[in-house]
Amino acid sequence: MAIAGFSASPKKGGTRGNSKGASKSALKGDRKGAAIATILLIPGLLYLALFFLTPLVQLVVTALESPDASGAIGAYVYDFNLQNFADVVSKYSLQIFRSFGYALVATIAALLISYPLAYFVGVKVRRWPLLQRLTLVLVIAPFFISFLLRTVAWKQLLAQGSPLLGVLQTIGFVPHDGYFIGTPAAVIFGLTYNFIPFMTLPLYTTLERLDGRLLEAGSDLYANPFKVFTKITLPLSMPGVVSGTLLTFIPIAGDYVNASKEFLGAPDTSMIGNMVDQDFLSNQNYPYASALSVLLMATILILVALYVRRAGTEELL
Amino acid sequence: MASSVAAPTSGAGLELRNIRKEFPGFTAIDNLDLEIKAGEFFALLGPSGCGKTTTLRIVAGLETPSSGQVFLGGVDITDTKPHERAVNTVFQSYALFPHMSVLDNVAFGLRQRKVADPLKKAQDALALVELSHLADRRPQQLSGGQQQRVALARAIVNRPSLLLLDEPLGALDLKLRRQMQIELKAIQLEVGLTFLHVTHDQEEAMDMADTVAVMNKGRIEQMGAPEALYDRPKTTFVSKFLGQSNLFVGDVVETNDSAVSISLHGNKITVPVKRAEKTTGKIAVGVRPEKMQFHESAPAAAAGQNILGPGEIIDIRFTGVSNQYLIEIPGVGNVTVFAQNVGKSPVVELGAKVWVSFKVEHAFGLADLPVGSEEA
Amino acid sequence: MTSVSTTPRHRRKFQLGDSLLWLYTLVALVFLLTPIVYTVVYSFNDSVRSNTVWEGFTVRHWTNVCDQPGLCDAVGNSFLIGGIATVASTIIGTMMAIALVRYRFRARSFVSLLLFLPMATPEIVMGAGLAALFFLIQSNGLEGFAFGYTTIILAHIMFCISFVVVTVKARVQTLDPVLEEAARDLYASPFRVFRKVTLPLLMPGIISAALLSFALSFDDFIITYFNNGSTKTFPLFVYVSAARGVPAEANVVSSAVFFIAITVVIVMQVVGALRRKKYSA
Repeated sequence: MAIAGFSASPKKGGTRGNSKGASKSALKGDRKGAAIATILLIPGLLYLALFFLTPLVQLVVTALESPDASGAIGAYVYDFNLQNFADVVSKYSLQIFRSFGYALVATIAALLISYPLAYFVGVKVRRWPLLQRLTLVLVIAPFFISFLLRTVAWKQLLAQGSPLLGVLQTIGFVPHDGYFIGTPAAVIFGLTYNFIPFMTLPLYTTLERLDGRLLEAGSDLYANPFKVFTKITLPLSMPGVVSGTLLTFIPIAGDYVNASKEFLGAPDTSMIGNMVDQDFLSNQNYPYASALSVLLMATILILVALYVRRAGTEELL
Repeated sequence: MASSVAAPTSGAGLELRNIRKEFPGFTAIDNLDLEIKAGEFFALLGPSGCGKTTTLRIVAGLETPSSGQVFLGGVDITDTKPHERAVNTVFQSYALFPHMSVLDNVAFGLRQRKVADPLKKAQDALALVELSHLADRRPQQLSGGQQQRVALARAIVNRPSLLLLDEPLGALDLKLRRQMQIELKAIQLEVGLTFLHVTHDQEEAMDMADTVAVMNKGRIEQMGAPEALYDRPKTTFVSKFLGQSNLFVGDVVETNDSAVSISLHGNKITVPVKRAEKTTGKIAVGVRPEKMQFHESAPAAAAGQNILGPGEIIDIRFTGVSNQYLIEIPGVGNVTVFAQNVGKSPVVELGAKVWVSFKVEHAFGLADLPVGSEEA
Repeated sequence: MTSVSTTPRHRRKFQLGDSLLWLYTLVALVFLLTPIVYTVVYSFNDSVRSNTVWEGFTVRHWTNVCDQPGLCDAVGNSFLIGGIATVASTIIGTMMAIALVRYRFRARSFVSLLLFLPMATPEIVMGAGLAALFFLIQSNGLEGFAFGYTTIILAHIMFCISFVVVTVKARVQTLDPVLEEAARDLYASPFRVFRKVTLPLLMPGIISAALLSFALSFDDFIITYFNNGSTKTFPLFVYVSAARGVPAEANVVSSAVFFIAITVVIVMQVVGALRRKKYSA
């Protein structure tokens, strides 16, 4: 599921490929190996424990806080107040529903757009490695422009009075005299666009590793190209589809830049992210902000847990 | 770090004592004892998975034995790290460093040991394998045979006490393999190193080695000069792995101080006591197919001859140099006979009725029984 | 014509599907690159404040990019933060990648999971959580600890590690361990093996990982937004100015970074391809 498919194609190195005897001790399972592995892993593990796990714990703790006796804004004490979760769900039910809805649509759209692209780069142009790599560079090129500026660009390109909007109006996609920016469609559009690379790269990595001889075998056994795709390519690329989905669905649900009014959204397209921003930085209602974040985090954990139960952890990275 | 490895001028002897190597779930080597004399060309022969590569890696230091000791030139090197051992390996996949030129590959070990004038010595080694003109190429640009020779040069240039070869000729085509076998042997004699050659190709082992050890399931079944091993295998495995054998299983019906005989459906098969591992109970007696002859009419009984038959020729295979005849003898089984093509080929036709005979002195008695014919 | 052709209709359909795919890819790439083109083009827009309407071509934004108050400081901050975060996360991540591929250890599943989660967690969750943590540290009196460079760098390193691991891991998996064994067999101590064989062969992957890490750090908005104190980074500058109109100088900076990054990546690919061609005659 490597996001970094563009760096190296996973073919065997050395001068002649894998030697039989080496594989037994290549995985150093003895005590000395475990000791070295520990040394190599400790800095990273400690770091992540400190700056990834602890903040999550901190969020849970904060989500359980109640207003301080003094009633001052921003002052809270730990109280095991589960009510916060209930409050947040009822208060922001609209945003929650909207966020997951947008995320669902955007994820599916991203998948539909990315798959043929990933297929092209990972399978179709295998014969020309240089073209393959250059196309891949173009696919991830958006990464190198600030994501805020990308979104602003679409905002301008699709603003009222722009030629592009005119085209859309002519097609009928947007009602005449209608506008696009500020509508849910615009937000979903922005979300889809910005997360295409996150969907494409895992798909690409899986498709790139697809053994071409399997496709040839399919043809040899009388399957037409369509059948070869649906019966062989698609099932075998499922791991990539799942990875891509895991990496896009929840991050999209948690996004707030696209939906905010400065960019592609309007006050009535606000998502979970906007609410967390508001509660955390404007209202200083830390428990609510944390509770909402925890709910979002819980969702991704459940999804990942389901995946891991089905497919284990080996393919995750 | 100055190397603590001395550079000997000729090979040293190797001794493995009570080596045992366990991996999670299976035992790769089970009580191995081995001794290789200095300057010898030693072959470790066996099928895939028998533990020969693991043995090699233990000698190289890339694996540590679960128990047992390794002695090189009389010195215990069991706990010495691989980069401190005067042992070098020619790997099966050659393992040439792709990011260095051929010359730098060959000079690598010399540079690590801070030997003076590494490039000159590397060039000499390349000259020995006749690849001086490729010194500046990258390994990826070379053919399989050339890469193999570079791998050899890279190991030999360090004048190790012991050179380990892990099936180095496996990827080469037949003609090139034959050529390399001759060259390897020549180099070994010229430089005077001790070679430990691991292979599953029995012809290669018999051709090149002074001593062959046949390994099976983590143990050495038999060890000795190729001719001795071939002439007198002691176990079923060795008899079948090294060349082919016809095996006859029967109860001992007659013994005296010179011969042991078994009976098989009325056929008596005799083997000299000196060439029999077991002399009582149910034993297996074997003979090589090329030592057998067939007769189109019943041969007269003669001393020193085993006669079996009659039987019917059920298959003939042509292999250029010889024909292989498969003869079915009721009560005895299927017997293979190799006959050199010195004239008419085949000598007899399919379906012909024949008798087979072989000299008693060519028979050998095994220590074990073939699978499926053990005592019930 | 008596030539034997197998399923000609088959082949024709195949051709159509084929060319459709090429066409689709072209359209998709145009779609993907449109905002980039827009951004670059509008860096030349002769605008004064808000850069929304095309007013004419000029290069003054490129020549006087630092005239925009706060912009160059922000960009400088982003480079500094990006540099430090890249170095730290690349070292940590490379170590972890090697451990994951080459060594067998019991906590393997846990480590993989822990590395995966930051990539799948919404930035808002990580941003809010880190802010809560840092706030706690600050309010519990750690001398001199304040929201600013430190907190931003600490945050960036955190989310970059996973991406470095994924990138380098792919590269380590292509490295045949027998090469390192050969080096040990040829008298190289473990440290020498790493320096002379492992590291050179891993370098392309490590460089890719570093580039990716820098890109992620430079471009990060949400997490930085929650943890920046008063330090401005380039994305923060853009966000704040988005309300009244992003100035063209921001486009200049972004375009410049884009061209440098793309050039580096393309050069690396082309050099790699040339080298492969040269050495695989």
